[in-house]
Amino acid sequence: MRTLIGLFALLIIFAPAANAAEEIAVTIKDHKFSPDEIHVPAKKAVTLKVTNADATPEEFESHDFDVEKVIAGGQSAIIRLQPLDAGPYRFYGEYHEDTARGVLVAE
Amino acid sequence: MLGALVIVFREVVEAGLVVGIVLAATRGIAGRSWWVSLGILCGVLGASIVAAFAGAISNAFAGSGQELLNATVLIIAVVSLTWHNVWMAEHGRQLAADMRKVGTEVSEGQKPLAILAVVVFVAVMREGSEVVLFLYGIVVGGTDMGSLLAGGVLGLAAGAALSALSYYGLVALPLRYIFSVTGFLLTLLAAGMAAQAVHFLQLAGVINVFQSRLWDTSWLLSDSSILGRMLHVLIGYDDRPTGLQVIAYATTLAIILLLIRMARSERQPRTAS
Repeated sequence: MRTLIGLFALLIIFAPAANAAEEIAVTIKDHKFSPDEIHVPAKKAVTLKVTNADATPEEFESHDFDVEKVIAGGQSAIIRLQPLDAGPYRFYGEYHEDTARGVLVAE
Repeated sequence: MLGALVIVFREVVEAGLVVGIVLAATRGIAGRSWWVSLGILCGVLGASIVAAFAGAISNAFAGSGQELLNATVLIIAVVSLTWHNVWMAEHGRQLAADMRKVGTEVSEGQKPLAILAVVVFVAVMREGSEVVLFLYGIVVGGTDMGSLLAGGVLGLAAGAALSALSYYGLVALPLRYIFSVTGFLLTLLAAGMAAQAVHFLQLAGVINVFQSRLWDTSWLLSDSSILGRMLHVLIGYDDRPTGLQVIAYATTLAIILLLIRMARSERQPRTAS
């Protein structure tokens, strides 16, 4: 048990401070992303700040850039992207997949 | 409705497969229903708490709270599974022998039960919190609530049925093999969880090494398909793993197998005499 507590403490200590990567704002409103097309520089770490303006929770998910994150209603979430190769990457809101769709273009 | 069904089904299957393996691995050990139920109950409670504080958790640690929480509970599960497998290497043969001797009920084995209850708890809590949030969203959203809820309930039932099927598939195995098969499955489960934990740590930005992808088999089997998801839970299948995920997987596998071998060889002289 003590090892586990120590482990968690380590995780906290090494948890990153807000890093200097470029931050891009995305908003979810009425279960849609805006903007629904995001352009980011390729091969560079960027940060998405996704704000959920709806009252209902949403799960921001991308299989293409391998992110899964739940965002409660009225909250925002920070999503760190690893440097991506040039190309389009789809993302979507898992709870409202019909409407919440977007694409991130690394270029 | 179909969307709701699929989402709930997916999460329930992911947790249910773990519960099914644990139930099969503890077959015939007295008190297992109690322990597994306790694990599920705590998992549902934990899921509700995680869902209720989703916003606060997400904002903790510079926005990496969710990832760090996921990584932490996964690591707890990996440690528990490792411990369990080593315990079984030491006592499994005895346990199986006792079971054959006195029928089905064995009183030994409370320790592995408690530790496996932790694994059940973690699995249910992780997948459950998404279901709770999703259902909460339906209730708050209000629109089309009846059919979405019906989809959710159907998804729950279908997920539970598939999990039950996996359990009955496992317990249909001859008793002689059941501990080795479930032990093997639990070992792969642990390795897969270690790889997932590493993935969350990479998402949190805690680890930044070996993060390029080693291969891409999404054309063959995408891990967002149902089969891909099930294999993801069971053996840790990932269609595009990072280098560190593969290292974590292999290392966990190697450590568990090594510990099992050590536990067995330690035992050998005693059983021989």
